[in-house]
Order: sequence, then structure tokens, then C-alpha cells
Amino acid sequence: MKKFTPVSAGILLAMGAGLVHAGTITVVSWGGAYTNSQVQAYHKPFIAATGNQVISEDYNGGTAEIKAQVEAGNVTWDVVDVELSDAIRACDEGLLEEIDHSSLPAAPDGTPATDDFLPGTLYDCAVASIVWSTIFAYDKSKMADGPKTVADFFDTAKFPGKRGIRKNPKANLEMALMADGVPAAEVYEVLGTDEGVDRAFAKLDSIKSEVVWWEAGAQPPQLLADGEVAMTTAYNGRIFNAVASEDKPFEIVWDGQVWDLDLWVVPKGSKNKDLALEFVAFSTATEQLAKQASYISYGPARQSSGPMVAKFHNKDIDMGPQMPTAPANLTNALQNDFEFWADNQDQLNERFNAWLAK
Amino acid sequence: MVASASSIESSSTSGVIVAEDGIPLKAKLARTTRRTRLRALLLTMPLLLFLVITFVIPIGQMLLRSVNHTAVVNVVPNFAVAIQDWDENDSEYPSEELIKIFVQDLARARKVREVGKTVGNLAVRVNYEIPGTASIFKSAARKVGKFEDENYREQLFALHKKWQNPNLWRTLKRISHAYTPSFYVAAIDRQYDEQGNIVKKPEKLSIYVDIFLRTLWLSAVITGICLLLAFPISFLMSVLPLKTSNLLMIMVLLPFWTSLLVRTTAWIAILQSQGVINNILVWLGVFGDESRPQMIYNQTGTIITMVHILLPFMVLPLFSVMKTIPPSYMRAARSMGGSWLYSFYRIYLPQTVPGIAAGTLLVFILAIGYYITPAIVGGQDGLLISNLIAGHMQQSLNWSLAAALGSILLVIVLFLYWLYNKFVGVDNLKFG
Repeated sequence: MKKFTPVSAGILLAMGAGLVHAGTITVVSWGGAYTNSQVQAYHKPFIAATGNQVISEDYNGGTAEIKAQVEAGNVTWDVVDVELSDAIRACDEGLLEEIDHSSLPAAPDGTPATDDFLPGTLYDCAVASIVWSTIFAYDKSKMADGPKTVADFFDTAKFPGKRGIRKNPKANLEMALMADGVPAAEVYEVLGTDEGVDRAFAKLDSIKSEVVWWEAGAQPPQLLADGEVAMTTAYNGRIFNAVASEDKPFEIVWDGQVWDLDLWVVPKGSKNKDLALEFVAFSTATEQLAKQASYISYGPARQSSGPMVAKFHNKDIDMGPQMPTAPANLTNALQNDFEFWADNQDQLNERFNAWLAK
Repeated sequence: MVASASSIESSSTSGVIVAEDGIPLKAKLARTTRRTRLRALLLTMPLLLFLVITFVIPIGQMLLRSVNHTAVVNVVPNFAVAIQDWDENDSEYPSEELIKIFVQDLARARKVREVGKTVGNLAVRVNYEIPGTASIFKSAARKVGKFEDENYREQLFALHKKWQNPNLWRTLKRISHAYTPSFYVAAIDRQYDEQGNIVKKPEKLSIYVDIFLRTLWLSAVITGICLLLAFPISFLMSVLPLKTSNLLMIMVLLPFWTSLLVRTTAWIAILQSQGVINNILVWLGVFGDESRPQMIYNQTGTIITMVHILLPFMVLPLFSVMKTIPPSYMRAARSMGGSWLYSFYRIYLPQTVPGIAAGTLLVFILAIGYYITPAIVGGQDGLLISNLIAGHMQQSLNWSLAAALGSILLVIVLFLYWLYNKFVGVDNLKFG
């Protein structure tokens, strides 16, 4: 999993010898097409602009490694890309450095960062970079008249075949309820009751025997390509990249999407804290966020980046309609409720595992 | 050395024997033996240190963590002490005085950013006991700073109706200790009811006992299949001429030298529904294209893959034992009129017991704690207890529950070893 390029190794050696007075930070993200978009839009310009080195590592989400490193007092990750509920929880538990919002660069027209970032994207310990979404997708070369709504995902009579689902209750329970007819606005209210949870699990139960579980974000496009599943939930950017870069005949269904944020955090006690904060500020500048959106279809967290997003970096594909936040894609969409998950994830995880094992 | 020392001792009772340099021989001898002993100890020191650092300390930490959780004691220290005087049978809620202490502790804790001592830690701990309460602690901590200096209970209860749940306060009292059995309670699918009694969890939240039983059962099945497969191979290798048996040995060892991950993923390629075996079966017309059997991401996949990976651990001890059994014993039994089956059962099989014992013990104990393979090919019904432990380490971050589950697994393994020793005898083991 760990990537350690010969170049950065060489730089490290040179640093050890005291030849280069530059720093090195380790930036950790989710791998695959997503990390690649960050390397292109953040890491490379950062290296070019500051002369510092960036080592890129991959992980599968969660705050276990951050917690382990902070508690052991040996922090080797300097900047980590995490989901919102994890960022809030880790911050509450004192695992993260606080980030001063005034250090973030203003928009090109001078709007301060705190006004330029979308509402709900700046937190004490975390700065959002993108809006991403859990959607479902299918292979249109194998299904000419494909599914249109989230209810179709759960309808194995109308659309036979296996389903790929992330092995985690998050987003799945919400999608199950939406498929069962709960309006997006009421999903968390319903899920807050025992009957609502039962209802969501009953819906999942109806396709349980057909499910192939995935864990890493790179798996779903692979499952679709191999024909292992007829449809799969996925992170929207992964499907987009399979279509745009590898010409796969995949189609995204936006109905019932559950969108969320990815944020930069700095683990407490990072040995390169200043440089890490510099990287966070650099990468969340208007231009960088807009540039990232030309490599993967995740929406930038800044308002001023929106108009700058145009085409895919090497193809004539308009990026605007590919974003989770495009108006056409938001007709039946839900924002992940981090507070709900902070309160309920322990019990729902347990129930999910118990349900899986039965 | 020891023998000579004692003989000198007995002869020296008559009078002190002195060495050339005037030192009593006894003392001199003691010094030399001490030196050799010290040297021997020093030589084993690296291993000893290694064992302590990589084995004793981590296991000790695991055992400690399974009963130790200091969030409540650290975050609201004064309250944790004071609430012990509250008798929950007397009143529904703690007194105004106690709640004032709680509010003050919470207001102080809000400013703390030290790991393990933040309000977030407290919220997570209480949330293990009463799901859905984490947010009321966090939001209360933000607001208690603005409380007026009277009627603390009223002000706190007005924040959220969950504060008015008497069970919340009883639970707070119960978990206001650094040491708690509650993670073991959770690890055996039990929970505390409103009166503080330990009761069974609802069926839909019970998981660990079932998975422990499944882990034991699957490990037994895997061990059984390994034995059935390994016995004939080992027998063949032990009777064939050296050249052929060496070739067979290399074929057994070759996968053993291949990376575990490579072997596991290879099975995915072979068994998946678009995989080699399924394609052949469909081509032969055994199954239709739509009804390909599911052979991976379930128990079947876990069993097949783990048998393949653990097989060498059964073959090697069996082979080494069988190699030492002279073929003349079987010939003698046959020449005395025993049928092949009878001679095998009475003469050959008993002699292989040490190998069988070693092989089954090795495979079973390895299987019971196996992690990677079921994680990759286990799907939903092929998961083992180690996967749940990893889940609590990596996803839910409930390390105390992970430690409790790990400790239970450790106790099970030790118990099985004890049983094994009682029935087979550890002296009878022969690993090679």
C-alpha cells in the first residue's frame, strides 16, 4: 500500500546529508484515481512552488492509524484525507491539530476563505477539499434499459444480477430507506427510530443473497468490469474515471445519492506541523481545488472554484454535470449526517455485522 | 559440573580445601559456576528480551486494556468520585449538588485538548453503553459555560430530554471507575438492563458468541480436511524412493514459500463466478451461464483457501514421523495374518499419533486466529472472530472491546491446549 518513490527517497537521503534544506511531508489519501487527482493538482504544484517533498501514502479511511500514531507518540502521517464524521470525532477526541481558518488563502477576487468555502465545510480541525458522493452504477453495454431510481437497485426481479455494496452500514441504510419510499429529507428522522432501522435492514435483507461486498474504493469499477456484479454502489469519481480514462461503458444513477465531504486533517504531534498546515492552505486555494476537479468528478469545496472547473484534463468532457452538486444530480439526494453517525455508528456497526453474519 | 560440585562439597566437610592461590576451593568453584551460569543467561538474554518486548508486554497490555477504560475518571474526575455516594434506589436523579459538580467538570473538560481526556472521549465511552448519547455530551459541553450559578439540574435537563433519563445517571455511576467488566459483558453478547443486571442482548445485536462458535467449528473442519488430505500424501512421501519423495516434498513446500496474499488472491481468480473453475463447468454444460455456483466470498471459499494454506503445517509433522516408522513392522503384521486394514489400524496408525497430534494442534491453533484469508475471501458468512477484532481495532476504534475479545480467544486457545495435553499429552507431540 505504501508508496515511497525513489525520488523522494533520494531527497530524504540528501536531506540526511544536509545538502538540501527542504522539508518532507507525508500526505495520506484513499489511493487510485482519487490520489492521482490530488498528486496532479496539489502535490506537484506544491513541490514546484515550495521546493518541499511530498510522500503520498494510501489507506482505506477510518481514524485507527491516526489514533494509534498519536497515542504511541510517534506520528508519521502529516496530512490525512478523511470523511466528515471521522474528522469531527477525531477532533473531539483530541487526535488532531486545530487549523486556523485565517491562514487559508482568500479567493482571487479577495473574498476571505471563511466566506468563500461552502457552508459546513470548515471545522476546528479540518478543512474540506471536495464534495463526493456514494452513488450506484451499472454497465450499460450489458443492460440496455438500465435502472433509473434507487428503488431499482433493490429490485432484483426487474433487474436480475448481483449487487456490489460497501461493507459498512453508512450510506447503505440511507439508500435502503430511500429505495423503500422514504423522502430524502426524512431519512435520518426515520433512521433515528428502532422501526426505521428495522425497515432499512429489511430492505437490505431483500437483496442480501445477491450482494458482493467491497471495501476499497477501487474495487467497485473492477467488479463491474469483471462482470461480477450487475450494479454496484461506488464513489462517483471512481466510476467517472473508469468511463473517462478507460472508456468503460458505465452509467451513474444519481437518484438517491448520499453525498459527503472529504477533509484535510493534521494528526496531533505531526513532526512537520507547520509544513503540513502550509500544504493544507496551498491545496485548498481556489485554483488548486478547481484543478483537481479536472482530474476527477468531485466537487470543489469553494464557491470561487466552481466557475473555473471546465473540462476533463485530457478529454472533451464537461466536468460540471459530472459533479455530485450539479443541480440535475441533486433532485433526490441526501447529505450524510455526521452527527447521526457519531451517535449511532457503534450500535449500527454492531447490528450490521450481526446481520451480515446471520 | 553440578555433580562435581556436590562431590567436592561432601569431601570438604572434613576440612576446608584450599586452592593454590589460597581461596577456598568451594568458593572458587561457586564463582566459576556462577560465571558460566551468568554467561548462559547473557546468551539467552536477547531471546528473553525479544519475548518480553514482543509477547509478554503486548499481551499484558491487551489484558489490561480489556478491563481498563479511564475516560470517565479522566474527563469528569470530581463527579466520578462524588457520584459513588449517590444511592440510585433512593432517588431518580443525583442531587443538585452532584449535578453542579458534573457541570463544572464538563465546563473544565471542554478546554482540554489532550488525548484521552476530552469530552469526546467521555461521549464515546457513554455511547458504548447507551447508544445515541454521544452528541448530548458534546453539545452540553459547549453550553454549560453559559449556565447561571443556580438550578444546574434544571438547566442541564432543559438542554436535551435524554438528560432526564434516570438510566443515563445510573450508567454514569456504574462506569465511573477506571476498571470495568463491561467490555467482557459486551464481548459475550450481554448488556446491562435498567436495573443494572446483566442480561442477554436482543437477537439482532448478538454476534460475538455465534462468531466464536463458528470460528471453532470452521477451524475444526479445516483441521479435519487437512488431516484427510495430508495423511495419504505424507504416507506416499515416506515410502517412495528418495528421488520421487523429494520432488513431492518440493511440491508441498513450493506454495509454502509463496506469499500468503498471492495464494489467497490466486484462489479468487480460480473460484470467482467468472473464474477458471466456473468457466470450465459452464463450458462443460454442468451449470447454465446464469446459475454459476458461488464458491468464493463465503464459507466455502474460506475453507478451501485456508485448507490450501495450512496443509503444509499438517504434512510436515506427519511426514517426519512416518519417515521413522520402519516398513518391516507392517510387513511383520501382514505376515502374521493381519489383513491390510487391520495391520494399518493396529500397527501403523498408532505410531503416527505424535505426528497427527502435532499437525492438528498446529493447524487448529493457526486457523482459530487466522485473519487475512477470511478477510479477503470470507464475504459475509466466512468471517472469523479475528476479523471482528480487527474491525474494532480499525473501524469502530473500540480497542477495549477488541482487547476483551482477544483475551477470550487467548483463554479458549489455552483451554484447548490444556485439554489436548490431558488427552494426547504434550510430550507426545512431534513437530519434525
